[in-house]
Amino acid sequence: MLPFVRVGPLLVQLPGLVLLAGIWIGMNFVEKEAVRLRLNASTVLNMILFGLVGGLFGARLVYALEHLGSYVAAPLSLFALSASALHPMGGLLAGALIAYLYGRSIALPARQTLDALAPGLAVFMIALGAANFLSGNGYGSSLQAPWAIFLWGEYRHPTQIYETLLAAAVFLVWEFLPAGPWPGARFWQVVALTAAARLFTEAFHADSIITPGGFRLAQLAALFVLAAAMFMSRRWSIAVSQTAFDAPSGRGPEPKSRPLPK
Amino acid sequence: MTPTGESPRSRLHAVRRLVTDPPVGAMIGVLVLAAAWIMLSRVAGTAPQSSVAPPSPRTGFSAPDFTLETLDGTQLTLSDLRGQPVLLNLWTSWCLPCRVEMPAIERVFQRHRSDGLVVVGVNVTSQDSEAAARAFAEKLGLTFTIVLDRDGLVSDRYELMGLPSTFFIDRQGVVRAVIIGGPMSEAVMLSNIEDLLQGH
Repeated sequence: MLPFVRVGPLLVQLPGLVLLAGIWIGMNFVEKEAVRLRLNASTVLNMILFGLVGGLFGARLVYALEHLGSYVAAPLSLFALSASALHPMGGLLAGALIAYLYGRSIALPARQTLDALAPGLAVFMIALGAANFLSGNGYGSSLQAPWAIFLWGEYRHPTQIYETLLAAAVFLVWEFLPAGPWPGARFWQVVALTAAARLFTEAFHADSIITPGGFRLAQLAALFVLAAAMFMSRRWSIAVSQTAFDAPSGRGPEPKSRPLPK
Repeated sequence: MTPTGESPRSRLHAVRRLVTDPPVGAMIGVLVLAAAWIMLSRVAGTAPQSSVAPPSPRTGFSAPDFTLETLDGTQLTLSDLRGQPVLLNLWTSWCLPCRVEMPAIERVFQRHRSDGLVVVGVNVTSQDSEAAARAFAEKLGLTFTIVLDRDGLVSDRYELMGLPSTFFIDRQGVVRAVIIGGPMSEAVMLSNIEDLLQGH
């Protein structure tokens, strides 16, 4: 664990740096994939940047709304450079919404664009696991085994390492399996595998949010995402199969991309 | 070719189809397995961490205890403050972000002292001087309790990684938020304190 390094008078947060590196490397993969899919790579990268900036603003805004009294008392704090005053889920939703609206405004083909984003998501998840390892977040429950790590006063499951390795495995699946049979297949494949990995590793966490009945909230969310990814994958494959069936040549045309729905 | 007449290419194709276009039965099987794993990994209580977490300067853990001398010569023990929310701030007089955020800490203390908020400023005297700490507190008119960490005991127990470091501790003595570095914005202080006061 190495959450900070001091560089002169500056206290550099290493997990944040690793996340930034993950975003940068992920964007490189997205760019290459966009070119391969014959998309306008700079447009796809712009969409990501809009999403990131929108996500940052959204995260601060939702945090401020959640603590409205505090920000009414000190309104200038809204612009403070404080990573602790962010609402992760609010940021995720705002970023996705901004990226979606941008993509729709310039009629980016939805399925190919999602396919281009797939390696970026896989790389970001690797970076997230590594960042958690550096910060000590997402720590595991007690474990007496040779691979246990000593963290926060006891030997624990190295959940951050499990997550990094599984994220790397998801990336390798994306890298080495041939392209999916229809646009969008690879994106849902990465989403489903990422959700399955989280569903598995969450069982070893000691910091889970527990719902009534003793369920781990992250597992329930991962199950929902896994089911949704499989449902969407199935739905899109059926749509493509029907297109192929209706085509007079018998084999059918290559699946066509669709712009993001208006 | 395999004995069954299947080429490696067609087997790869079959694997690809299974991953990218699995049959509905396989999907249902995966979801059933996932649900079974969720059931297996349920926890008995409300938290997987034992309710008496070991002392550690970490969100969700008991705040490490200490006894230190205050600027006016009395002793302060952190565990004696159980029942009250505590803002614990580690600082030195030479640290610029500490100087910047200290007036905001004082304002927040004045705003919430009637709600039972206790602010403990731990001067890391092992990296500072008692005289400088006293002069600093007098210059800024700080009214909350300031203790002197002469031997670096609190710095060690709180695994001091950077100055300032602030720990928000709830009425049960559990760390609820940690902010390393600064200056911390006033709204961040207020929001964390309101969470403590509301018992979140």
